[in-house]
Amino acid sequence: MVLTPPEETTTRPAASWCDAAPVNDADAGLPDWYLELRSAAWARYNALPVPTRTNQQWRFADLKHLRIDNHALPAPVSASVAADLVARAVSERPAEFAAHFVFANNRLLHAETPALPEGATCLPIEDALATRPDLLRAHFLKHGDFLGGEKFAALHAAATLSGLFVHFPKGRVAEAPVIVHHFIGGEGVAIFPHTLVVAEDHASVSVIDLFESINGKEDTLVVGMADLHADRGGRIQYTSLQDLNDKGAKHVQLQHTRAGRDAAVKVGYLNLGAEWVRNESINRMVESGADCQIFSANLANDVQEYDQRTLQSHEAQHTTSDLFFKNALYDRARTIFSGLIQVQPGSHHTDSYQTCRNLLGSDEAEANSMPGLEIDADQVKCSHGSTSGTISDEEIFYLRARGIPADEARKIISLGFLNESIEKLDGESVKEMLFARIARKFAAIG
Amino acid sequence: MSQSLRIENLHASVDGHEILKGLTLEVPKGQVHAIMGPNGSGKSTLSKVIAGHEDYTVTEGSVFLDDINLLDLEIDERSRAGFFLAFQYPHEIPGVSNANFIRAARQARLPKGQEIDAVAFYREMYAKMDELGMDRKFTARSVNEGFSGGEKKRNEILQMMMLEPKYAILDETDSGLDIDALKIVAQGVNAMRSPERGFLVITHYQRLLDYIVPDVVHVLHDGRIIHTGGKELAYELEEKGYDWIINEPVAA
Repeated sequence: MVLTPPEETTTRPAASWCDAAPVNDADAGLPDWYLELRSAAWARYNALPVPTRTNQQWRFADLKHLRIDNHALPAPVSASVAADLVARAVSERPAEFAAHFVFANNRLLHAETPALPEGATCLPIEDALATRPDLLRAHFLKHGDFLGGEKFAALHAAATLSGLFVHFPKGRVAEAPVIVHHFIGGEGVAIFPHTLVVAEDHASVSVIDLFESINGKEDTLVVGMADLHADRGGRIQYTSLQDLNDKGAKHVQLQHTRAGRDAAVKVGYLNLGAEWVRNESINRMVESGADCQIFSANLANDVQEYDQRTLQSHEAQHTTSDLFFKNALYDRARTIFSGLIQVQPGSHHTDSYQTCRNLLGSDEAEANSMPGLEIDADQVKCSHGSTSGTISDEEIFYLRARGIPADEARKIISLGFLNESIEKLDGESVKEMLFARIARKFAAIG
Repeated sequence: MSQSLRIENLHASVDGHEILKGLTLEVPKGQVHAIMGPNGSGKSTLSKVIAGHEDYTVTEGSVFLDDINLLDLEIDERSRAGFFLAFQYPHEIPGVSNANFIRAARQARLPKGQEIDAVAFYREMYAKMDELGMDRKFTARSVNEGFSGGEKKRNEILQMMMLEPKYAILDETDSGLDIDALKIVAQGVNAMRSPERGFLVITHYQRLLDYIVPDVVHVLHDGRIIHTGGKELAYELEEKGYDWIINEPVAA
């Protein structure tokens, strides 16, 4: 399997992804509709062109990252590595959680569901295909909306079997989060974790995906997808914490929200690791009263590139959304933010906001921001904006005047800059986990 | 060894303009001195120069904290040496909680490898916040962000109480305070008065000096101390203004 620029013709047969995939050992037991969906996705993947620079949706992206030749599905981790990973995941999770799943190299290593409300489902996708196919099928890999990542999406659909199906029926509420670890390890391997969250009427659930590398330096690829469906009055918080190795790891995360009447969805992205990241976040408010809030905090150093594309799509009256992204950049890091607020015809009384702030910690760092607005309705309140700047001297002076050395002062201020976005998420334990990770990276980059 | 904050013949300029023109004064340990003066006399410049603000250039003179020349030290070293400036306009630091900020300042005073005892730290901070009538919510809130004028000033005094400096300058701490806030802030300062600590209180108004009663009052004009007296001088200035001093011939 290869994804290369069009002028190159290298290809590998479909077999290298799907048929040989160990996760597909039980293909015989998989429903026909899924097998059909998978082979259609594979055909779509092969038919789709590789994005080029001339494509607006890939503007500013460094396309060399799109050469992901020679990625293969990984072998399972050894029993001793598996034990270590589970121990690591368990030690870092908050004290309170509704469910905790650990996947490594596409396979489930650990599952605990201490505080799931009755009737709620948390199942690995693979198990859900076998035991709850109809429930899963209603939403699984249904939509085809992406922001340039169509080819990655097709690849994901053709290969995914790991990840979690979270289904909260009407009125079910979990206070504590569902935590899902996804580990990847092995030179040149790829994983395709899928997260499907369905909150029926007035149900409420918070899910956090953590993406981590097993090894410190390795060329790996994660192509993940998260689909969030919140029905009437439903509440979902979805957080993607990406802390992969920054020497060779790549991460594509494609997320799609469908918020129904009076539903409230919060999405958070924290990017700390990986060499290259592409986040696509589509948030559709399809019935009146729907609210979507999208937050991101990204700490990029060295030559890391974080590329984020977002859509806030208002498709009904009285819908609201807020996007608040923050990038702190050091060394020669690059970030790209491209966000569009779209107010569809007739979606009157929309409130929609979009802010991207960049803190430049080096002259060589590069932050690209492309905010956008398309309004086809009346009585709409919208604003968008982006700013880039350095830490103010007066702030540093204030901290130094309290005895805090200059380097430490800069670190504290940058940390605060990123925390401001994380702070808007719900759940103290989730936030604590994110704060701790940011602090850890700051400590590491000195 | 001298036990005082001693400013000697201090000259400082900003953008080539000389603001302090040979300022000399000494605050011995255990005393509270006040500096009063009309707008533009150099009051705020003095505090910033001593704290080490980089916009100001010292062209002559020295500032001794006991026997350490502060002007030889970096901004943060001055603070750790025992100097504290309560800012007239404290900065907002978005996303940094007040507790973490003060904790970082305390941590900076510990030897490398030694960690703050978090439980004891919070216990101490809560006690001091109670003295200042500060709600506990101020520990979690971002430093000064969205604070009222009075809350910011209280927060300055809280930091002073937590850092226990040898000498402190309060730069127009009374500005923007209503009388109740002023009393609380003054109470905090008075509680810290001790034979081991000196204060220099910069103010426009005698009102503050009703609550923080000074041992000595200096009048600053055009970058120099032109008059020094007892606490009654503050009342005289309040009543008569500054002109009678400014116009009198400078004592030799």
